[in-house]
Amino acid sequence: MLKLRGKSDSYRLSTIGRKIYKISSNEKIPEVLKRGTALLDLNATKSGNGFSLQIISNTENISGIDTDFITIPEGMEYVSDGDIISINELGHFWVIFRKRSNYNTFLLTERCNHYCLMCSQPPKDVNDDWLLDQAMQAVEKISKDTQRMGFSGGEPTLYGDQLLELVKKCKSYLPYTMIDILTNGRMFSDPSYTNKLKSVDHAQCMICIPLYSHVPEIHNYVVQSENSFDETVRGILNLKAINQPVEIRIVIHQQTIGTLLETCNYIAKNLMFVDHVALMGLEITGFTRANLDKLWIDPYDYTAILDQCVKVLNDAKVVTSIYNLPLCLVGEEARHNYKKSISDWKNEYLLECEGCTKKSECGGFFSSSIKFKHSKNIKPFS
Amino acid sequence: MAKFRDKDVFATSGNNYKLLPFSFRRLSDKKVVLVNFVGDSYLCDSLTLSQLHSGDLEYNSTEYIHLRSLHFLIDDETKIALELLGIKYRTRLSRIAEMTTLHIFVVTLRCEHSCPYCQVSRQSDNKVTYDMNHKTANEAIDFALQGPSKFMKFEFQGGESLLNFPMIKYIVETSLPKAAKANKVLSFVIATNLAILTDEIIEFCRKYKIQISTSLDGPRELHNSNRPRPGKDSHQRTVQGIKKLREELGVDNVSALMTTTDKSLSMPKAIVDEYIDNGLDGIFLRPLSPYGFAIKTKRYDLYNEEKWFNFYVEGMEYILDLNKAGLNFAEYYSATILKKILTYSDPGYVDLRSPAGIGIAGIVYNYDGKIFASDEGRMLYEMGNDTFHIGDLGKSTYKEVMTGDKLLDPIEESFSASAPSCNTCAYQLYCGADPVYHMATAGDFVGRKAESAFCYRNIQTIDYLMKKLSHQEDGKILRSWVT
Repeated sequence: MLKLRGKSDSYRLSTIGRKIYKISSNEKIPEVLKRGTALLDLNATKSGNGFSLQIISNTENISGIDTDFITIPEGMEYVSDGDIISINELGHFWVIFRKRSNYNTFLLTERCNHYCLMCSQPPKDVNDDWLLDQAMQAVEKISKDTQRMGFSGGEPTLYGDQLLELVKKCKSYLPYTMIDILTNGRMFSDPSYTNKLKSVDHAQCMICIPLYSHVPEIHNYVVQSENSFDETVRGILNLKAINQPVEIRIVIHQQTIGTLLETCNYIAKNLMFVDHVALMGLEITGFTRANLDKLWIDPYDYTAILDQCVKVLNDAKVVTSIYNLPLCLVGEEARHNYKKSISDWKNEYLLECEGCTKKSECGGFFSSSIKFKHSKNIKPFS
Repeated sequence: MAKFRDKDVFATSGNNYKLLPFSFRRLSDKKVVLVNFVGDSYLCDSLTLSQLHSGDLEYNSTEYIHLRSLHFLIDDETKIALELLGIKYRTRLSRIAEMTTLHIFVVTLRCEHSCPYCQVSRQSDNKVTYDMNHKTANEAIDFALQGPSKFMKFEFQGGESLLNFPMIKYIVETSLPKAAKANKVLSFVIATNLAILTDEIIEFCRKYKIQISTSLDGPRELHNSNRPRPGKDSHQRTVQGIKKLREELGVDNVSALMTTTDKSLSMPKAIVDEYIDNGLDGIFLRPLSPYGFAIKTKRYDLYNEEKWFNFYVEGMEYILDLNKAGLNFAEYYSATILKKILTYSDPGYVDLRSPAGIGIAGIVYNYDGKIFASDEGRMLYEMGNDTFHIGDLGKSTYKEVMTGDKLLDPIEESFSASAPSCNTCAYQLYCGADPVYHMATAGDFVGRKAESAFCYRNIQTIDYLMKKLSHQEDGKILRSWVT
């Protein structure tokens, strides 16, 4: 698991509060670009003049440094040009964007109006607007050739119009970057909100919405909220009515497996115009650990069902992907739709995977699965 | 951490459900099929239907959950069905907005065959007066291109269309630049018996990506008996033509249609085998139409719809067996209906649409400049009934023809959502309105469905398909024909 936050032993900072910086190892960039940029200079051999911050590995050579500096926390030396970091005056150090990764996600808030049984990011009712501010600032610094990135929560639409400002900013600064927004979609059941998104007119923005079952009671139970089902489906309909890309996400667990096939049939019949369906394995983190007895099912036991689900969606020409499962637990039909999806900073493999001939095609496991619970039926390919 | 609430908390709506519009049909003493007004179907026990109807269906029973998610009912838990039904109904009817995509050019009425069942009243092949001339062809092209459709198919019919190949050539080469100017995309089909196919014609088809549709009635003896021509070699010429075209134009650019006659009825397997032998992927087990020489020569009376249906079933059973043995081979009439049963998109088959496809889906330009609302309408005209003669090229404007009562009346009167018997029929959306057929057989646009062979045939066929769909292995094969 890649370390995304740490604490520095040694720093000299003239700023107060969280500040974000783009990283550059090039000391010769124009003066005007140095402001807001952190010079990556682990050996402390370059001139940090004009830079807002200098990142070094230790304090041996700091005599010549007169700018702000911070030593890099252990295990985070991977940072490189184009990455974006955030630090505060206590020496906390976060990597919030890695240029070389396709898995960058900005957490926008921890507040949520759902309370999903398997939430990987358990909601907190706190004011964390600074997360949105940070994302807004980061968008200006992110390289324009970034292929994709995501925004998640909590429930990002709780920001209302402010979220739309962020989408607008993405369209202006990163017109070619595909952005995913993870939301429960309920806010979009209000046509006036959806119409505001329409006027932002960002075709590269995919709204990713979970729909856990075609049976409203089951969906509402999983998200622990009454009336969610109708509002969620209505949100999807409204979004497609304005031609916004929409992805439906289904996390597969004990509470959703029973209706998974019928749910896929329902999607194929009623929502076949969505742009993507993701059928996803369970991440053993957050609330999932508390509810493990209600949620856990060995993916081995639903291999056949998943195959049928994928066939239904493929036949209906709904673009479908399988996420977050080890390749050896995916059947013949579903294998065509398999994606190596687990974010690069939190995927790992088991010991028995070492000899597997398809390891390079496999997404492996969440680090949390390896730690807490994973299938007992892993069969390395030979 | 707040406490998670139990499942029961989210299942409170009780039995307070309301029915959405649906019809039903009994398939047997115990089984009934329910169909809602966008065509979602559900097969269940009669008991479930009476419980559903009387308000006694148990909340959260398997049947309840199915019927709710298939949009037969709404309750306090979910009412999203109302919005989804609206979308699906609009999808069902969306093809209407495309307007006329099929334009049939009857380039000649001459034919060198003398089939007793001929539905278009062919003329012997030396009477040039039965050929379309340049003036008429130009008027037909200009008329067609006034329509709003972006994608249009021009189909050349006869008689034997290739007897007037120069006119086919002229129409293709004249219409393409005109279509490009009007920002339309044209595709072409030649309907021909292939008896007089030449290399020049094949070359021309290749150049303009023209598809060929031919007639193959079955094994040699049957085919030649149905389709006499000098030399008694119709079958040989057709089969050779199919083979050559498959090689020269590609297997997907040649298709064949069979016509069922009394002689066919005993040999569905041999007919299917003939199609397989010629490399074709499927067959249309077509009923004979009540038009043209088919009626004059009493061919149509020789068997009734029941016999056709038995023929169809025997053919289908054989085709299903072939599929089980690993051959991918479809029956196209079933496939058309299955698409209507299993999806919301219209397969675009002109004879199974409501509102009827006459004029607004397909239209016919006769060799002599008469405009007909459909190919069968032209056949009826040749029998002395001018009901579907809706205009004349060079005289009638596009607007006069397409908005005239002569076209709109039959469409409106036969619309199955309001036609007696159709309006309550569970299979309404899987079937269609056929005002031409009913005019030919009953003397008006609607007919009496109890006496309508069209109605009988479709209901029997759909019953059969409904039962097959509920069978696991057969159902899987039938579903594969739709995707």
